[in-house]
This record gives sequence, structure tokens and C-alpha cells, in this order.
Amino acid sequence: MDIFIAPLKFYSAPLLQNLVTELSKRFSSAIHVIDLKINLEDFFSTEREQYFSTQIIAEAMKLTDKFDGKIILLTDVDIFVPVLTFIFGEAQLNGKHSILSVCRLHEEFYSGVSDEHLLFQRTVKEALHELGHCYGLRHCVDWDCVMHSSPGIEEVDIKGNIFCRKCISKIEGYKT
Amino acid sequence: MDKKERILIVDDEKIVRESLFHWFEEEDYDVDTAEDGETALNKYEKEKFDLLLVDMKMPGMSGLDLLSKIKAIDKDALIILITAFASVPTAITALKNGAYDYVTKPVDPDELAHLVKKALEQRALKIENIQLKENIDEIIKPDNLIGESFQMKKIYELVHTVARTDTTVMIRGESGTGKELVAKAIHINSSRKYFPIIPVNCGALAESLLESELFGHEKGAFTGAQFKRKGKFEMADRGTIFLDEIGSISLKMQIELLRVIETKQFNRVGGNELIKSDFRVIIATNEPLEELVKAGKFREDLYYRLNVFTIVIPPLRERRDDIPLLANFFINKFSRVMNKPVKSVSKEAMDFLINYDWPGNVRELENAIERAMVVGKTNLIIVDDLPFHVSSNSFGLDGDAKSLSAMEKKYIQKILNENNWNISKTAQELEIDRVTLYNKINKYGLRKAEY
Repeated sequence: MDIFIAPLKFYSAPLLQNLVTELSKRFSSAIHVIDLKINLEDFFSTEREQYFSTQIIAEAMKLTDKFDGKIILLTDVDIFVPVLTFIFGEAQLNGKHSILSVCRLHEEFYSGVSDEHLLFQRTVKEALHELGHCYGLRHCVDWDCVMHSSPGIEEVDIKGNIFCRKCISKIEGYKT
Repeated sequence: MDKKERILIVDDEKIVRESLFHWFEEEDYDVDTAEDGETALNKYEKEKFDLLLVDMKMPGMSGLDLLSKIKAIDKDALIILITAFASVPTAITALKNGAYDYVTKPVDPDELAHLVKKALEQRALKIENIQLKENIDEIIKPDNLIGESFQMKKIYELVHTVARTDTTVMIRGESGTGKELVAKAIHINSSRKYFPIIPVNCGALAESLLESELFGHEKGAFTGAQFKRKGKFEMADRGTIFLDEIGSISLKMQIELLRVIETKQFNRVGGNELIKSDFRVIIATNEPLEELVKAGKFREDLYYRLNVFTIVIPPLRERRDDIPLLANFFINKFSRVMNKPVKSVSKEAMDFLINYDWPGNVRELENAIERAMVVGKTNLIIVDDLPFHVSSNSFGLDGDAKSLSAMEKKYIQKILNENNWNISKTAQELEIDRVTLYNKINKYGLRKAEY
């Protein structure tokens, strides 16, 4: 099953390229970058100054019938679901679509210092995590597993960047 | 497998119900929803829920009314109220009526996760009276802690002995011996295994960074800190903190460290709130702390606080029996990663590996195998593939350099001189890390030539 990455208001070409390379190393599936015509401004909340991720996924669902595989919407904008102040990503459990925002994965938000390598590591972890949900995985108790929940950036950094033995069995096309 | 905990979300807004449903579903809870108080009450009477998340303001029965009604049925019911506007009187009313807590929309995901987890754990403790964990006699090793030599068996015994306690452990050993792996073995065999082990390399951070790294910081604590960040001690709550290269921290930080280890309390940088954290401390060092104490570079009180139970990991040259096991482990590891069908090591190459002194220990062996697998052309590693097997002529060595260590000394000196003693460049060229290179420089007493 192929993996499709759809950048939406995503401005870092090197990060996108590195992510594609990393996912290609890890999955036997083909990784494609696709262009989806979604106007994110339609999902912008002026009250919260963030973008409503569930609605973005709903819009993507209308446009992606022709893509047979898992789809990650990748964006630089800050996303939310009601009730929560922010989310790093959202995925359809056992579904096709997920969205990942790298907005709060940037180190400069926390320490004031930019760290591109750390941003890449965090992006890979969260992309794998959202893909894991699309393959039906829920959060894992193993801190070494990328499916461990990460409500904050500290947990993103602590958890591992691979699937544990239990979770890996559910991931189609993942090279062990 | 444990039965999933059941959560009922009660909110009149569909979008809120759906997003919370989805979020808790990913968290692996069994989730149900109700759009009003009456439906929630009906569901609660028929089914059993471990926790209810209830919106305060709903048409018909309010969240507070629902709280009272459910408490009348089950006084131990666990209810968290959600409100759009926080106010002190509302909070007091909610808590007086038996709510576990209340949160204000929108809530920080970290806060919500923590609150729900804490509430459910307290309930579980109350019901079961005692938290039962499995009792395994055999030590669980991290996958990559390898060794069957009597020295390593002794270490596994020590790990087993100390793991079940909360005793502070000091792990000593040369660079590359696997101190972090032993720390991890202690952690995963302890009752803290469901919480993280947080490694901190004290030697890799400047003092100002170390403080923020260990204790965290508040939003706006310094330029660029747009969000608060929890520190390592806070993240290690109910888990383990592993402080590596402890000998390299400043005297000022040593005072801070001693205070935190003793009180288990601290403030985030730029914050007034006292943070409490229940952590276990494991430290590691390859420096002679006793000498640092004598020289006044390491506080004596901290040394005694940390030196409670010591595990010394022998260098690889003192447990050569483990080298074939380790070599094969790394071959398997890299053949998977590199997708190369390398199967084993030739007898001659294995003899070489066994007899080499490995000043960089297991890490150096790992690097050597990785390099050999990159350059090797067959599915067997031969002597020519090993990084240190090169003809003496190509080094420009003299005829006296016959032993491996003499050869290594001369070779390192040569590469250092070629790179004008640039440590990073030299380490990169030698395919070892900088710490290993420093150790080798010290071991062989190498000095930059004066011109």
C-alpha cells in the first residue's frame, strides 16, 4: 500500500525531501508527494488563530479517492481540535487520512534556538505515529515505541523512533 | 491483558463529543458519548463507566445536576467537569459536589492526559487496594545488553538485586562499555518500568542549558521561550533519571542537584510553582569521582549521596569471551539495517577481534563491525574489512610498532597531526566518537607537537 504525502502550506522543501527519504528507508511501499487543492484558510478559526484539523481531513477525503494508500497531510500551520489547545497531528484510526503539523515541533518555540536535525527527528516520529493510527494502532505503553502518546514536545523527544515488536506487526510494508 | 477503562463523554456539542471521542480512542480507552444529561444518566445506570467527562453547561440537565444525580447512584463515580469559562465559585461548587476536578476549554492535551490518567490510577488503587505487578525472577535485559561472561553475569545479578529497590545507583566504567544499557536494565526491571527512563548527558550541555534542561522553564523565561517546557526531572516523575557524565557538572549545579535529589522538589526556570517529582536516580561516570572530591571539584556530600550502590562494568578487553557474541549481534543488527546478507566473521578476523584491546570498548567494536560491513564485498567479514587492519607502510610506521596498541597509538598521532589536532575531524576520520578519541589521547599520552 503506497503512502502519499500532501504538503499544505508547508514551506520546507528539504524537510519534506528528508521525510520522504526516511519513510522510503522504512517502508517497502512507494512514497509519493501529491498536490491537493485545499484552501486551508477555509478552516481557519479567527477566534483561536489556528486551523481545525478534523475539517481539513474531511475536505481531503473528498479529493483523494484516486489515491490507493495512506495519506498524510503535512503542514506548517498550527492545528487544533475543539477542547484541546493544540495537537501535533490527527489520524483516522484504521483509516486512510492523517494530518501532521510541524508548527510546534520547531525547537525555537521552546528554547529560542533553531535545531533542524531535532525538527527532522520529531517530524519522522510524528509522521510514523500518525501512520500507525491509520494502520489501526492505538497508543502504546512502551516508551521506546513511536506509538507512545505524546501530548507535549517532551514526550515526543523521549519516546523512541521505531515501532515496538507488538505494534510493528500491524504496520503493512514496514521493513523490520 | 488488562480490561480497557471506560470513559463516557457528555457534551451537547457534537464536534466536542467527536473530538474527545477520537482523542480518547487513540489513547486506547473504551469510549462512549452522550449528548445530554438524561442520556448520560440512562447509560450510567445500565453500564459501568470508570470516568465521566461532563460539560458544565448543557440545555436541560446541567453538568452540575448530572454530577449530583450520578453521585447519588455511585458516590465513588469519577467525574471531571469541562467548562468554557473558569471561575472560582464554579470550581468550588463542582468540587464540593464531588467532582474529581474540572478543566477549562480548550485544555492543554498534556494536562488532560495527565489528569485522566491520575484519576483512573487513583481509582484503580482504591478498588484494588494495592497495585499488583507481575513478579518475574529472571532479569529482563534490554535487547542490546549482550554478554554471557562471568563478569556480565555478575552485573545481571547486581541489576536484579538493586532493581526492585529505589536505591540510587552509580554505574562506573570506561567510555563505550554500555553504562546506559545497564541503567536501562535496572529501570525495566523495577516497578517504575511503566514510566520513562530519562537520560541526561551532563557533559554535553553548557551550565545555563543544563539548568533549563533539568528543571524546565516557563513560557517567556528567556528570549525565544514561547512555550513552557518540562525539565528532565519532571519528565522522570515515577520513572528514572539517568545522569551520565556526572563528574563534569559545575559546583554550582552540584548544589542544585543535591537539593533536588534530597527534596524531590524544584522550580522551573523563570517559575514560582514548586514542582514535585518522584524519580529514581541512576548516575554514570568514567571519571574517578574520589579524586575529583579530593581536588575540590566534586562536592563530598553529593558524592556520598550518590555513591550508595555501585556497579562497575569491566572494559571489553577484560571479558573477551563476549566478543564473538557481540560481533554476531552487531552483524545481525547491521545486516537488517543495511539490507546486506553478511552472515559471520572469518576465523582470522574473529581472532583479531578477540585479541584487540578495544580501548573504545563495545562502542568501538560496534563501529568496527559497521565499517567492515560497509566496505566488505562478501557475506563474510575478513581481516581486510576491519578498520585497523592496514599495512604498516601505509601508516608510515616504524618497524618497532608491532603490537596493536603501539600501532594504534602511532596511527592516531598521525591522523591528529594531519588534521592539525582538530578533534572532531580526527574522530570523524577514525570513525570513533570524540570521547573515545580523548580517552585514547589520554591513554597513550599523546601531545600536540610544539613547533
